[in-house]
Amino acid sequence: MKAAVIVFPGINRERDMARTLSLVSGRAPAMVWHADTALPAGTDLVVLPGGFSYGDYLRCGAIAARAPIMAAVRAFAAKGGLVLGVCNGFQILCEAGLLPGVLMRNAKLKFICRDVHMRVERSDTPFTRGYNAGQVICVPTAHGEGNYVADADTVARLEGEGRVVFRYTAPDGTLAPAWNVNGATNAIAGIVNQRGNVLGMMPHPENHVDAALGPTDGRGLFQGLEEHLSRAA
Amino acid sequence: MKAQVTVTLKSGILDPQGKAIEGALKLLGVAGVASVRQGKVFDLEIADGDRAEVEARLKEAAEKLLANTVIENYEVKVIG
Repeated sequence: MKAAVIVFPGINRERDMARTLSLVSGRAPAMVWHADTALPAGTDLVVLPGGFSYGDYLRCGAIAARAPIMAAVRAFAAKGGLVLGVCNGFQILCEAGLLPGVLMRNAKLKFICRDVHMRVERSDTPFTRGYNAGQVICVPTAHGEGNYVADADTVARLEGEGRVVFRYTAPDGTLAPAWNVNGATNAIAGIVNQRGNVLGMMPHPENHVDAALGPTDGRGLFQGLEEHLSRAA
Repeated sequence: MKAQVTVTLKSGILDPQGKAIEGALKLLGVAGVASVRQGKVFDLEIADGDRAEVEARLKEAAEKLLANTVIENYEVKVIG
């Protein structure tokens, strides 16, 4: 794995992400500044981490989505390169048009900062091959705007094409409004683009990878990516 | 030349902030408020260009950045 973590002003999860990528792959990712215009040669995974890029001014992720480095990220994705956006990274991918829809203010207006349960809907993507389909994982979430919204046609297409990869559920995997923490449409926690190489998700798998700090359910995502990329290499 | 771009949520998009403001107005006893939708106003000073051209430029700005057209509508007004 030769990962690049994009660093925008105002994000705060880039070091957690870098630590996890190093832990799982044994190789420290490149930290790429938002004003750069190229990714390091040989990059095979681009990660947009969480935080509050540009202080969430205008709309969450709106300004970061237009940063100079995003042209290179767009070109990388267009060639089939793997792109992972977590939390603010998901918002940035939506604002950049790399994923459909938008993340709105949480339905109950509160910032949510706690562990949630998500059902992994598919295990046949590079991002989820470390899990079984239907498996429920526990990961932390920390956001004020994670309420996924898209027009009815887009949501129908996402569902029809199996592009909803993670959904907020009860610990036993059942869907219920009480477990849909932010009120997202169809309890959507993570989606992929049509080609399946760009994933956006609100919760933070990078924070549940070390047994010293609690559950390690997030590890599967990074281990799966590492396996996928080492096999491809 | 001055211009104003107004960005509003499309109908049918849930607006929890507007709902909270609506609730607060009702608590304050402001009579007759049926509903509230929150939006944004951008005031711009334009350095050059004629009216039609400025309007076209600002529409582009709204499409590219000021509004997210997945959920928002915008209106461009060029003032004097």
